[in-house]
Order: sequence, then C-alpha cells, then structure tokens
Amino acid sequence: MSTGIEHYLSDFEQLENDDWFSENRQSALDVFKESGFPNARLEDWKYTDVRPIKKKKFSSVNKTPVSMRADEIDALRFQGLDCIDLVFINGVFAKEYSNIEPLEEGLIIENMQDALAKDKDFLANHLAKYADDNSSPFTALNTAFIQNGAFINVSPDVVIEKPVNILYLSKTNGSPLATHPRNLIVVGENAEMTVIESYIGHGQANYFTNAVTEATLSANAHLKHYKIQQESLNAYHIGNLIALQSRDSNLESHSISLGGALVRNDIHGKLAAEGAQIVMNGLYMTDNKQHVDNHTRVDHLKPHTSSTENYRGILNGKSRAVFNGKVVVHKNAQKIEAHQNNANLLLSNDAEIDTKPELEIYADDVKCSHGATVGQLDQKMLFYLRSRAIDEQTARSLLTYAFADELISSIGLGPIRHQLEQLIIGQLPEATLIREFTHE
Amino acid sequence: MLNIQNLHAKIGGKEILKGLNLSVNAGEVHAIMGPNGSGKSTLANVLAGRDGCDVSKGTVTYDGQDLLKLTPEERAWAGLFLAFQYPVEIPGVNNVYLLKAAVNAVRKYRGEAELDAVEFLALIKKKMKIVKMQEELLNRSVNEGFSGGEKKRNEIFQMSILEPKLAILDETDSGLDIDALKIVAEGVNSLCNEARSIILVTHYQRLLDYIKPDHVHVLSGGKIIKSGGSDLALELEKKGYDWIKEEVA
Repeated sequence: MSTGIEHYLSDFEQLENDDWFSENRQSALDVFKESGFPNARLEDWKYTDVRPIKKKKFSSVNKTPVSMRADEIDALRFQGLDCIDLVFINGVFAKEYSNIEPLEEGLIIENMQDALAKDKDFLANHLAKYADDNSSPFTALNTAFIQNGAFINVSPDVVIEKPVNILYLSKTNGSPLATHPRNLIVVGENAEMTVIESYIGHGQANYFTNAVTEATLSANAHLKHYKIQQESLNAYHIGNLIALQSRDSNLESHSISLGGALVRNDIHGKLAAEGAQIVMNGLYMTDNKQHVDNHTRVDHLKPHTSSTENYRGILNGKSRAVFNGKVVVHKNAQKIEAHQNNANLLLSNDAEIDTKPELEIYADDVKCSHGATVGQLDQKMLFYLRSRAIDEQTARSLLTYAFADELISSIGLGPIRHQLEQLIIGQLPEATLIREFTHE
Repeated sequence: MLNIQNLHAKIGGKEILKGLNLSVNAGEVHAIMGPNGSGKSTLANVLAGRDGCDVSKGTVTYDGQDLLKLTPEERAWAGLFLAFQYPVEIPGVNNVYLLKAAVNAVRKYRGEAELDAVEFLALIKKKMKIVKMQEELLNRSVNEGFSGGEKKRNEIFQMSILEPKLAILDETDSGLDIDALKIVAEGVNSLCNEARSIILVTHYQRLLDYIKPDHVHVLSGGKIIKSGGSDLALELEKKGYDWIKEEVA
C-alpha cells in the first residue's frame, strides 16, 4: 500500500456504500490504494508534481454544509443564457438552486446519487465503463467516491436546444475539502446536446476538485462540451474527460482554464468507428505561480476518423504550463486526418511552457500535422499600434486579448463567448481601455 | 516643422544613414527618392520611432521638440503619421475601434473633447468617400485579408482621419495600379494645406505626376546628395540615378 493516502481510506469507510455499485467503489479504492498518487517518474506526470495535493489532508467527507445566497449563485450563471442548470455546492447537489424541471421528452437529468438508486440497469451498462480506473490514480479515487455529479441521457433522435449547465461551486470553510464530481453523458443515436461544466471557487478557498466526466456518443450523435475552470487561486483541480465515439458522431470540446493553483486537465477521445470526429479547443491563462497542465489523447481506432486540436496559452508571472497532445493512429485506421496546434504567448521572462505533441502512427495512409509555437508579442504589430497613437500598455493588452480571442471567437454560444471575453479582459492590464475595442 | 541635422542611424549594427540633413517647413510637400537600399525606409522608421533603429549621431527637431526622445505613441499624439510600406495584419483587432481609439488619443492630447460614437461614424462616412474604402473592410480586423492595394488605401484612410501635422508616406505608391495610385494621390492632395507637411518616400516618379512636390531630394548611401524642385524628379525618371552619383563624386 502507498503512503500518504490513509485519510482517503478512512473517509471511504464513512461513505454510504451499501448500494449495487459498492463493489465497483471498493475495487476502485483498491486500485488507488495500490498506486497512490502519481509521481514525477511516470512519463504522464513528468512536469506536474502533485505532492502539494498529497500533503494537504483534504477531507472527502462534507460534514458542514455551506449555504450560499441565491443572488450569490445567480451572479455565477451565464448572463442571458437560457439553460438547464444543475448546481453543486462543495460537491453536493443543491436541488433548491438547480433548474431542471420540466424536462423535455427524451431527456433525463439527475444527480448521480438519485440515478444510482433509480436507473440501476441503465447505469450498470454505462457508469465507469468508459473511464479506466487503471489509467490514472485520480480516476480510481473518483470512482471510489462516486456519489454526486450529473447524469444526462438524451434519447435517440432527440435534439436538446437548451444547454445543460453544471455549476460546481466551492466555498469551503473549516477543513479543506476534496470533492469527486462524476458526470455521465449518454447521447443516443442522431441526438444532439450541449453540456457546460463550470468550476468556480469562492475567494481564496483552499480545496481539491477531482472530477471525471464520461461521455458516450452513439452513431451520428453530436455533443458540444464546454469546460470552464475558474477555481480559486488556492485550489487544486484534476479533471478528466473520456469520450467513446461511435460511427459519424461528433464531439466538440472547449476547455478554458483560468483559475487554480495546480491544475491538470485530461481529455481522451476514442474514435471507435468510421466517420467519428473530434474537435478540441483549449485556452489556458496563467499568472503568478499557477501551474496548468493540459494532456489530451485521441485514439484513431478506425478508418476515416478525424481530429482537430487547437490549444492556446498565455503565460505571465512565474507561472508554468504544460501541453501534451497525443494522437495514436491504430493499425488499419487508414484515411484518417489528425491536425494539432499549440501556440503559446509568454508575457514574462519567468514563465515556462513545456509543450509536446506526440504522434504514434501505425497506419500508412493518413494525413497528420502538428505544430507548437512559443513566442512573445509581435513587435511589428506592437509598433504599428503605437504609431497609431495607442499607448504601449494598451497595445500589449490588446494584442494579448486578440491572441486569446482567436480561440474564444470560435465558441458558438453567444452568452458563453461574451462572458469569457469579459473574463479574459478582466485578467489583463488596462482592462477598461481594451473593453472599448471589443463591442460587438 | 521638421529639422534633421547630421543624422546617423544603424540597424543591426550596420550604419544605414550617414549624416542626413533635411528641413521641412509647414505646408511643404517633399519627395525623397533614391535607389533601393539607399536608406529611404530607415529614415521613415527612425522618424516614427521604430525599435531597432539606433540613432548614433545627429538631431531631429519636430515642432520645437526633440523628436528622438519621444515614444512612437507620443509622436503620433503630436501629429506625426507614418503610412507603412508593409502594413501589418493584426488579427482580432478591429479596424474601426483602432481608429476610434487613435482619434480620441490624439484629441485627448490636444485637449479636445473625445468623439462619441455618432460623431466618429459621421467622420468615417465622410472620409471613406475620399479613399473609396468599402464599408465591409472597415469592420474586419486591421488589414486582415486585405489585398496589397487595400492595405495601402487603408493607410491613407487612417491618415485622412487622424489629420496629422506631418505625414510620412513610405513607398505607399509601390505595387499600386494606376487607379489605386490616383485614389492615394487624391487622399494626399485633399489633406494638403499650409499647416501640414508631407514627406513622400518613393521609388517611382509616377506618383509625382499626381502629387506635385515643392522639393525633391535624392537619397543615396545614407545621405541626401541632391535637392531640387519638381523637375528634378522628371530628370531622374529619364536619366536614372547614376549621373548624380557621378556628379557628386
């Protein structure tokens, strides 16, 4: 058994674990018990040291529920977005603030705990069937503590126009908490939907979010997935998204990372049938001593699948970011297309980026490209703006914003795009001056 | 307006300007001509304050101020405008908003009230006609996806809106067809008045068929080696530059 995980084991004992899923939880815990937290000797964790998470004795048992005022929560929703809301406070489903009913026909949305009780047969076929507990100790730890999270099921041929917004709010007082949100998204044949996962931390709260989302897309299903991470600057965030895609299905993933002291996002797309497509867009902005690691992996398992990835980073202060994009083209997966790009803007001399595209190709008729750039603001653009009477500080902010906006502008949902633009501007110097430039 | 004395400037350690003298009075149009590599663009960039142009000797006085001490934006506030030889594309920065911010920065510096959206729009509409700018170009990112001619016209458009005291056009005519050239010339002529000075840096005499300069200078080897009236340009067109170089040598 590994050391430093005892408190997770004792917290597990306090968990209500007497339902049909208890054996799965127990075996996941056993996997975690065996592996412990990952260390830097593992290639996957080479640049990200999780010892701070290990050292802090986060409690996975939420003994003191925290209340939030309705207006406090409303301020954190997307303004002007007509959506279905699920609100979790410190990892626990807050039904009173959620806005689910009335559900459209063909759509099921439940807190995971309720779903476990009600939809045993369905969940037994899907829950923990896509995320592999052996792939990461954090996934195993999450599975061991499955209780809260969103279960979303769209029936075949149903198109849900309203996005589902899952708000994970953290406002800890007392002992620092660990939460283990677990989401399951099942999109039926020809069905379409949009899911937003929003992680927001209150003030300087110190906590650990360990989230896992499993998605499965049937033939010709379309899922747009947004993850917007604004944890507090003292928080740790580990997030996994695993998607299994059937024939002609389409997954569009947008991952925006703005907060957190230590953050790791993993996205794993499995293109398991012909015609499956995945698009992965990502933006990370880091400052001070933040550490943000984005790992993505796409498995092209069948011919005629495609993946397009575009990640951008803006690093300031003494922050550090990691990008690792792996594309595996399996044997006989001919005629696939895989394109990947990672561009980074370093705004300070002390910021550091480790970027690594990885291509493993076992087929011979494929179209693949990848590229990574690391640079500073373009001097020619800067001079042009200054020669047009724009002062240097504003010109710098404007170009930084423009760099981020190339990604943000690809977001189809207006209210989300708009809010992200404002959030990003808010993180730049001379925010009020550049806001002037961005009126639509 | 502008007085350049014994100007020496280096780019990447290489001396390009080697003792240049030039004096431009208010209301005058000066043409600076010269072969490739003579230092024409370097002069334009030094005046606008580009990083990487190191002035090692000499002085530049603009409107009573030491121009070389000012940052590029301070020069712009003080009414200096450079039309770039190669205007950059700036994805994500909207043309119109850049212009509005530019106009208001200059107005603020002059102690004038900033223009509101309505006033600014009226100004734009008026100036658009002069350079025949298409409205759809205006709402794009700065120069993004513009043709070569559209980029040059956008420079003149910006100039006509900012109404500078001293405009420096760095080979704005290069690469333009005759129709575009006429539009650019019209834009420049419409700005000419007794308070405004214009420096046309050009490679071709053709531009001077449409904009009549008061003075023509030949820049070669980092110095002005000959100055004259507008007929000097015609002579250059006929005989090239070599005869002057010989005459000077």
